[in-house]
Amino acid sequence: MSEKIAVYYKAMGLPRLIITLFFLFLVCVSVILGIPFGGLMTDVVVRLGMHGILVLAMVPAIISGIGLNFGLPLGILCGLIGAIVSIELDLVGFPAFIAAILVALPLAALIGWCYGWLLNKVKGSEMMVATYAGFSAVFLMSIGWMVLPFKSPEITWPMGPGLRTTISLDGRFRDVLNNWGAFNIGSFRFPTGLILFFLLSCFIMWLVLRSKTGIAMKTVGANPNFAVATGLNVDNYRIMGSVLSTILGAVGIIVYSQSYGFLQLYQAPMFMGFAAVAAVLIGGANIKNAKISHVIIGTFLFQGLLVIALPVANTVMTTGSLAEITRLIVTNGIILYALTQVDGGE
Amino acid sequence: MEQQVKTNTKSIMKNDIKDFLINNMVTILFVIIGYLGFRFSGLTLPFFVNDLISRVARNGFLVLALIIPVLAGMGLNFAIVLGAMAGQMAIIMVVHWGFVSWQGIILAALIAAPLALIFGYLTGKLLNKTKGQEMITSMILGFFANGIYQFIFLILVGSVIPMNNQDLILSSGVGVRVTVDLANNLRYGLDNIIRLSFPVSLLLVSILFVGVNLYRYINNRKAPKLNYNKTKTIIALVAFSLTTLWSLSIIYSPWLFRSSNILRTNKMFNDITIPIVTFLIIGALCLFNVFITKTKMGQDFRTVGQDMHIAKISGIDANRVRVIAIVISTVLAAWGQIIYLQNLGTLSTYGSHENIGMFSIAAILIGGASVTKATIGQALLGTILFHTIFIVSPLAGRNLFGDAQLGEYFRAFVAYGVIGVSLGMHAWKKQIQSKSLK
Repeated sequence: MSEKIAVYYKAMGLPRLIITLFFLFLVCVSVILGIPFGGLMTDVVVRLGMHGILVLAMVPAIISGIGLNFGLPLGILCGLIGAIVSIELDLVGFPAFIAAILVALPLAALIGWCYGWLLNKVKGSEMMVATYAGFSAVFLMSIGWMVLPFKSPEITWPMGPGLRTTISLDGRFRDVLNNWGAFNIGSFRFPTGLILFFLLSCFIMWLVLRSKTGIAMKTVGANPNFAVATGLNVDNYRIMGSVLSTILGAVGIIVYSQSYGFLQLYQAPMFMGFAAVAAVLIGGANIKNAKISHVIIGTFLFQGLLVIALPVANTVMTTGSLAEITRLIVTNGIILYALTQVDGGE
Repeated sequence: MEQQVKTNTKSIMKNDIKDFLINNMVTILFVIIGYLGFRFSGLTLPFFVNDLISRVARNGFLVLALIIPVLAGMGLNFAIVLGAMAGQMAIIMVVHWGFVSWQGIILAALIAAPLALIFGYLTGKLLNKTKGQEMITSMILGFFANGIYQFIFLILVGSVIPMNNQDLILSSGVGVRVTVDLANNLRYGLDNIIRLSFPVSLLLVSILFVGVNLYRYINNRKAPKLNYNKTKTIIALVAFSLTTLWSLSIIYSPWLFRSSNILRTNKMFNDITIPIVTFLIIGALCLFNVFITKTKMGQDFRTVGQDMHIAKISGIDANRVRVIAIVISTVLAAWGQIIYLQNLGTLSTYGSHENIGMFSIAAILIGGASVTKATIGQALLGTILFHTIFIVSPLAGRNLFGDAQLGEYFRAFVAYGVIGVSLGMHAWKKQIQSKSLK
């Protein structure tokens, strides 16, 4: 028995155990404090669907050997451009949502290809370079948001040049997925469309990973030397991984925004990559390996933790931003842990 | 034989210029950007110089704190953020106890050192577990530590740690205020000990360097030395002689010039004052960095930095050396942050430390340093260039595009971009090298 527990413990790792226990603890506290449970659960499920695809974007990157994709803002920026173009075209509802994705896809594929090319040049320091590629892209696009010739009054400042910092999606494609086929159980509301879309994306990813290309990608990531020996083009599969990751980032931010209700421009995308990285790591992934199940579990735990921590923290102590601090510590703590798990040579 | 040596030196010189241009591409580019930005900003030279000097005095120490970990092969130490936090903790304590002026600053430095020592030790231990990924680890560690720092100062102070001070604590009684005003206690505590006017200080520095180079030149004539570079010495001699003349011309301008324009500019130069003590401390750190490379410890840093395996075989405890390098860097960063804040005059409790790592690293990279090589000259030059861009870019942005915000985004883009590009270039070089070895 104790051996079995030891095996489970080893598979789970200390930080994951702490986070799971902390999550359960928070759930208990929230029940004791009498925080409405239905609403809380709705939030958790919505956040799962909202962040899920951004987290899913980590999987192809990790599997193809690029590692944790801190360059996710690149994909996010493509998605934002898609969404803005769809508003500029004055589309509403599902067509607007789909148009945003259709515009974002080729853009993300192109950027992802360049990004993959870059990462192939810097093997061994991908994570660092990716982080800074993401950061500088965010600021480059900040200049872009100010000078791009968009005209729609909904997205530009009433006075002065440039686009607004946050653009409301009310009357555009806000909640198109969340409300599609949504149903209530008591005070708990299930966002059917959102969850279906997330699961569909996961399923497609699952299929891709099981295809010949996917298996080749895994081989390249797991053992580059072996992959070369079997005649696989390592660089190409890595590029494929980064293209997939960037595309998922673009789609992910559109799904995120339709649920959030706003497009956030300028500096907002900077640290979104970190949250996604943390989520997949909490789910059980490491720098070399990630599964779809890790994505689902990780997003659920991480977002659940944040959702429940907020009202609990607000009830327990009225001052301070405990939830924000929890987010900082958990996000970066789990990334640090994952980094120490890599065998660092001697 | 002599003939051959001469032709050799000639071709070497030609290659030298080419190598110089290639190796210093980044720096040269930023000199050009800085110059153009200055032209378009419409700032007057004295105003610019004044601002620049104050910023270099503020930030120079922090940038210099990055050098030793680079030497030890640990890359750019983003974890100086932890040192900065130690500095801020010390400042909050000192302000709370009501110490003022330079006494307060010395006390802050004394308190910060053991804190930074502990942080540095822990950082070093962590980085020993993540060899090869030190930079990303130290960066994430900075974010993580920020979370803990906020937890302590927003939630524990006032509730668990007793602290009763209306000026420091939020009105709710828990948590330190978002900004702590240092104007009445620590501000200019170091800077104002001795201040000399700009031309006088320039004159003193120039005369000093003319002396040093003259000594080198004469000394080498007597007994030639290996690491002596004749062209460099002569260029330095000429340059510093010129600055001597320039500073003299500013001091005696009422007797020398008639044009009212020149007189007005020179009067403005005369009004600039230099915080001598701060610069002396920065100078002392430069000497310390030179000194440590010459000791056994410095040799160990370099051996570990070049090849950890060889270091181990030759009996050096690589892990210990790496920890020491990080500890030194962290303690220096804590002091650097204290110098930074006493000049700035306001402590933004939850923000002052956040960008310190990134900005200092961008500065040293702009100066021409890389992940594996950083010198004092590069650190100082980089600080000057980086802050030049900082000063001019909002104004240049406004004048060129009609919006200061664009300039702000541009400089942030530059700061992040230069880090990304130089890290990328370094990794690329390494890849090419390892390929050619195969």
